[in-house]
Amino acid sequence: MNYRMITYILGWILLFEAAFLLFPTVTALAFGEEAIKAFLLTIAICVLASALLIFRKPKHKELRSRDGFVIVSLSWIVLSLFGALPFMFTGVTTSYVDALFETVSGFTTTGASILPDVEVIPYSIRMWRSFTHWVGGMGVLVFIMAFLPLSGGRNMHIMKAESPGPSVSKLVPRVRTTALLLYGIYFVLTVILFVLMLCGGMNVFEALCTAFGTAGTGGFGFYNSSMGSFSPFLQVTIGVFMLIFAINFESYFALLQRRWRDIFTTEVVTFLLIVAGAVGIITFNLYSSFGSVSEAMRHAFFTVSSLISTTGFSTVDFDLWPELSKTVLFFLFFIGACAGSTGGGVKVSRIVLLFKGIAREIRCSIHPKQVKRITVDGKTVEQSTVNSVFIFFACYVIIFGFSLLILSLDGANFLTNFSAVATTIGNVGPGFAGVGPTRNFAFFSPLSKLVLIFNMLAGRLELFPMLLLFSPVTWKK
Amino acid sequence: MKISRVKSEGGMNIIIVGCGKIGQNLAEQLNEQGNNITVVDISPEKVQEVSTRLDVMGVVGNGATHAIQQDAGIEQADLLIAVTGSDELNLLCCIVAKKSSDCHVIARVKQPEYSTESAYLQQELGLAMAINPQYAAAEEIARVLRFPSAMKIDTFADGRVELVKFRLPENSPLVGMSVRDVVSRLHCDVLICTVEREDEALIAKGDLTFKGKDVISLVASPKNAAHFFSKIGYRTHSVKDVIIAGGGKTAHYLCEMLLRDGIAVKIIEKETKVCEDLCAQFPSATIIHGNAGDQEILAEEGLADAGAFVALTNMDEENILLSLYAKRVFHGKLVTKINRFDFSDVVTHLDLDSIIYPKNIASDVIVRYVRAMKNTIGSNVETLYNIIKGKVEASEFIVKEGSAITGKPLMELAFKENVLIASILRGKKVLIPRGHDTIEPGDHVVIVSALTGLHDITDVLK
Repeated sequence: MNYRMITYILGWILLFEAAFLLFPTVTALAFGEEAIKAFLLTIAICVLASALLIFRKPKHKELRSRDGFVIVSLSWIVLSLFGALPFMFTGVTTSYVDALFETVSGFTTTGASILPDVEVIPYSIRMWRSFTHWVGGMGVLVFIMAFLPLSGGRNMHIMKAESPGPSVSKLVPRVRTTALLLYGIYFVLTVILFVLMLCGGMNVFEALCTAFGTAGTGGFGFYNSSMGSFSPFLQVTIGVFMLIFAINFESYFALLQRRWRDIFTTEVVTFLLIVAGAVGIITFNLYSSFGSVSEAMRHAFFTVSSLISTTGFSTVDFDLWPELSKTVLFFLFFIGACAGSTGGGVKVSRIVLLFKGIAREIRCSIHPKQVKRITVDGKTVEQSTVNSVFIFFACYVIIFGFSLLILSLDGANFLTNFSAVATTIGNVGPGFAGVGPTRNFAFFSPLSKLVLIFNMLAGRLELFPMLLLFSPVTWKK
Repeated sequence: MKISRVKSEGGMNIIIVGCGKIGQNLAEQLNEQGNNITVVDISPEKVQEVSTRLDVMGVVGNGATHAIQQDAGIEQADLLIAVTGSDELNLLCCIVAKKSSDCHVIARVKQPEYSTESAYLQQELGLAMAINPQYAAAEEIARVLRFPSAMKIDTFADGRVELVKFRLPENSPLVGMSVRDVVSRLHCDVLICTVEREDEALIAKGDLTFKGKDVISLVASPKNAAHFFSKIGYRTHSVKDVIIAGGGKTAHYLCEMLLRDGIAVKIIEKETKVCEDLCAQFPSATIIHGNAGDQEILAEEGLADAGAFVALTNMDEENILLSLYAKRVFHGKLVTKINRFDFSDVVTHLDLDSIIYPKNIASDVIVRYVRAMKNTIGSNVETLYNIIKGKVEASEFIVKEGSAITGKPLMELAFKENVLIASILRGKKVLIPRGHDTIEPGDHVVIVSALTGLHDITDVLK
């Protein structure tokens, strides 16, 4: 393993984090808050640590596959470890585990919080929370690769490890150009959303936080009522944009290139059908309690969009909805967004492959000698890809099971624990019962919080980079 | 907004169809030179292998179909290179590509039937180039057989300047002399460019002293090179007779070239059919039906007294073994063909005289063409050779009016480290430049440098 190169890249990560931290620092300056000291101190620490690591350039820039995985998982951990410091320095949290939970939740675009009341904490801290969503949404290393010429072709390992979805395809031949294009699309969409929010009557702070939280599909609220206090126009716009950020960015690239047939891929169509179906069922289930169909439909749409995109904003407390609606929402936790988007979950493309795989298995039991290949969008899917999807799903379930077991030591009820695990590993944010949209994660023991932190990171990085980091084989010579 | 061309740093968009030995080699070299590469192959494993090893995009499918070419971005491509194993497929690829795009196309054509028609094909199908690795290899072998002292000869400016690579024997009078002595003591107008010693590659400085077994590259006009070699006691005349082991396509082309030069050719081939075909085509050559791996046959055919032995069988291992054997029994010129590149370090240490890598020759020719294509984008490289793969290259530039390098004596210019102005061609004159010479507009200048990927002659200045 190329340790020098790994630490060198980690050094750059910290330098970029210092740059990211300038954003809340400016916010603190604008609001004249004490918290500015905490941010400046953190920046100083990041720069110092970074200087130590990038002082000497490594001789060998060669990165192997496992280096790529290790770099990605370590980067996210280091980013969170240092990003948690402002929470401690400002006294927003008293325990470091809580601060870490909040930061990991931010970078992984989960949006689960341990803060009971966000309206009492400084604006700059709220801005930092939302900004971490934006940074984490598209992937930190992809961002850094767009600006740093790291190590030629080996960059692909990093991109593969960080991008959501079963298989990564580049938009253009060069990793660097691909990264620039992805960030370009991301940036432009965020700006559009920000302008729309301003037009809808939000102030600059609210509009920025909303834009960051939505673009990264994060979902940290900056008011206790999340999005409940905003006008229907804003709620619907946010709802639409959550879906936009949950769609595969390759579709937007196809749109820019006017390759119409490549925009509505099987994955995107399935995704939209699931959204339509879920909104339909929930509206039907709810309209009597809301009184009007349009009112019910608005809340149903916002909630469905929020949960399937794994954002986690809320307009109403959906924990109070009838069982049918809650069950439908529960499925959305698992399905998640499209591959190649900023959202989390299992990913629609994997769900499609899972169903196609099952269908093939059934056919093959009836016609044992039948040769059948799985195709998506007219292209044959390699058997190895199909296998990896099934293995991914199995891992998901296994991690889920063990996490649930550890959480149950705390004594909360089953639904609370179950939805807490589901919502963290799927990077959603709120769950049901004890961790519902109006509640928070503060009551869990430090051990449970660490487990949930692991889940959030594992969920964001598609399980394997994190598993690899903790497997002894990786560290063997 | 329509993104019609996504370019990065002025590179070209190149599609390579076929990820075989040549395709991979090309992808690697062209990618390093800052082009955007998309590789296409029918085998997912091969595409996977290349696209994880290199920063290139991979497309799986039949590269001759329009749909796959579209996936690979044919509309935005500047160049398509078809190097699959099948000539017909390659040509079809090019025809299909030409219909939907105005890109340049290059096809690998290896069958002698098509190859003889390559001029016609190029014109009628609009091919920029029909590359035949076997033919190119045969050409290179023929060149070293005509001048057996060299391991490798490349030419600049239509053959007026040669880049000659040779190995210094332990007992050469040159051993112990310094680079400066070549001019002052031997009075030879040649420029020593590089010296390879063990695993080191050195750009020759004046005080560098030669040692036995050094591999030396020099630049000179053919006449001066011959003069130099006769001074240090090398043979400079062409070989008179050649034994070729293996009767494949390379042997076929080589035989044709050698017979034209009046060199006696003897081919040993084990397939009866191939022997008969060769016999019908080349009545004046001696075709031996037998196994070249048989010592009896080699002895019987007079290997001990032969002027040269060329190992061209399909097996690299067999070629190497045959050459090692030949090296023991005779003192003629030895040429070994190696198709796979994987153990080049080991092979170099075997001291096998000239070694020919057909796949490198082919990709070098294409890389040279790509460089020339870029001329229109601002670089002015005319020809380019790798002296030591990936470390030192020799490139020929045409100097334009007003270039910063013109008008001043060379000793007053501030050159970067490890750069040599190897020769200046002005009109018909070939100058081996010394400190007081100047470069004028219109000159062809050959530069040897450890900086790869030069685009303009001024890149060598500080």
